[in-house]
Amino acid sequence: MIEFEHVAKHYPDGTVAVRDFSLTVPSHRCVVLLGSSGSGKTTLLRMVNRMVDPTGGRVLIDDADVRDSDPVALRRSIGYVLQSGGLLPHRTVADNVATVPLLTGATRRAARSRALELLGRVGLDESLAQRYPAQLSGGQQQRVGVARALAADPNILLMDEPFGAVDPLVRRELQDELLRLQSDLGKTILFVTHDVDEAFRLGDEVIVLRPQAEIAQRGTSVEILAQPADDFVRGFIGADRGRRSLRLATSGGRQVAVDLEGHAVGILE
Amino acid sequence: MSLLSEAWAWLAVEGRWSGPAGIPARTAQHLAVTGVAVLLGAVVAVPAGILVGHARRGAGWVAALMGGARAVPSLGLLTLFGLWLGIGVEAPLLTLAVLAVPSLLAGVYSGFLAIDEAIPQAARAVGLSPGQVVVLVELPLALPVIVGGLRAATLQVVATATLAAYTSDYGLGRYLFAGLKTRDYAQMLAGSLIVIALALALELLLAALQRAARRVADPAHTSDPSGRRPSRKDHP
Ligand SMILES: Nc1ncnc2c1ncn2[C@@H]1O[C@H](COP(=O)(O)OP(=O)(O)OP(=O)(O)O)[C@@H](O)[C@H]1O
Ligand SMILES: [Mg+2]
Repeated sequence: MIEFEHVAKHYPDGTVAVRDFSLTVPSHRCVVLLGSSGSGKTTLLRMVNRMVDPTGGRVLIDDADVRDSDPVALRRSIGYVLQSGGLLPHRTVADNVATVPLLTGATRRAARSRALELLGRVGLDESLAQRYPAQLSGGQQQRVGVARALAADPNILLMDEPFGAVDPLVRRELQDELLRLQSDLGKTILFVTHDVDEAFRLGDEVIVLRPQAEIAQRGTSVEILAQPADDFVRGFIGADRGRRSLRLATSGGRQVAVDLEGHAVGILE
Repeated sequence: MSLLSEAWAWLAVEGRWSGPAGIPARTAQHLAVTGVAVLLGAVVAVPAGILVGHARRGAGWVAALMGGARAVPSLGLLTLFGLWLGIGVEAPLLTLAVLAVPSLLAGVYSGFLAIDEAIPQAARAVGLSPGQVVVLVELPLALPVIVGGLRAATLQVVATATLAAYTSDYGLGRYLFAGLKTRDYAQMLAGSLIVIALALALELLLAALQRAARRVADPAHTSDPSGRRPSRKDHP
């Protein structure tokens, strides 16, 4: 369980990245922070592994203030998938995945077989293990990033727009992969995105953020779609432009859901 | 042309190629002085370069300082150290070490600064300690530039190491000073030729080392335009 208690982050140059943010991320749940660029999502995420120290309030993991833990040990115990992949360019895929286990004293052999197992788990062929990150596609690199985050078998996964840099088709694949992984592993996931569809697909709970990490609304995707809290949320999720409105049309005895422009999007079962 | 053939004749004299004052012995001394001086310089320059490069701060300061250091005339410095340390190889060693520092230091910190900042940041975020970020990430990635600095420093020092003979009977510089004294220009030229040959040999060696360093920093050859993406069977 991750708890943010009235955290704030004021940078020395006067920027207020986070004004006053409180949230509980229950264990084994996936909570998504959804907000536009600069709303403080990354800042919040990095407070959990102490890459950023809050200037006010505190962050607790299982009731322990992260400030009392050694940052290096803390980071090793938390899986972190970075937006840009963040792989080490001079190390093979297998060595990248094995980074943390090797640092924490796993034997080369154990770390290697664990790395190969994880590559399989994230849907990568073992033959890629000896490649270097630059020899992979963007989507493959992101999968390696996920495998690396899972390597030390952490309870917590922090994911910062992990699928932002890949095309929509691959993004969907990666999301499916994550959903499958999550149903197997049941990690506590804090996931950051500015993609509404991604947030709704992945989040057990979605937190819509305004600038300075002010919570505009929180709830399940169904709750947010059914009752947007205000015009900001309505605008953010596209409800105001009719992007979320469907109606039923009947054709050949079947009910078809169509959007406002009359394009079919699905069949009512 | 005749001077060159005289130098050649000087080199061809049989006795010069053996004994404690022969060309091989003096070349070995010259190399030793060069090696020790570069090493001494590195003892100062490498940690300082790592500090500046890892912190990514103070590079402007250091560049200005090193620019100043490069302008210090070696002969003046040698005289100063000679007055302090007396006759012997210590004063030239110290002078040469000072000479080596700017290139070595610039190699280390500019090598660090050339790394995309996101890479060490990411390494830190997944749990590498600051020391591990330096050793496992920054040093290997900066290695080609660091070896470039080593190359520049070594060439400067090996050429200037002739000054060792100014305060001691050491190295190939002896031929230059002795030749100058007796106006034996053939000997001076011959001595210079040996130094040049030595410098070229070191240059070749260090160029090979730099290629090896590039393989460490960029094993996939992604920055080499001819060797983009190896044509191994591309996997989906
Ligand atoms: N080191 C810093 N110094 C000053 N301001 C900063 C610093 N880091 C971040 N900020 C500011 O804090 C605010 C929040 O940044 P943050 O990176 O958390 O946004 P984000 O929601 O992750 O945005 P994006 O979707 O673009 O990644 C931004 O206005 C940013 O400019
Ligand atoms: Mg961000």
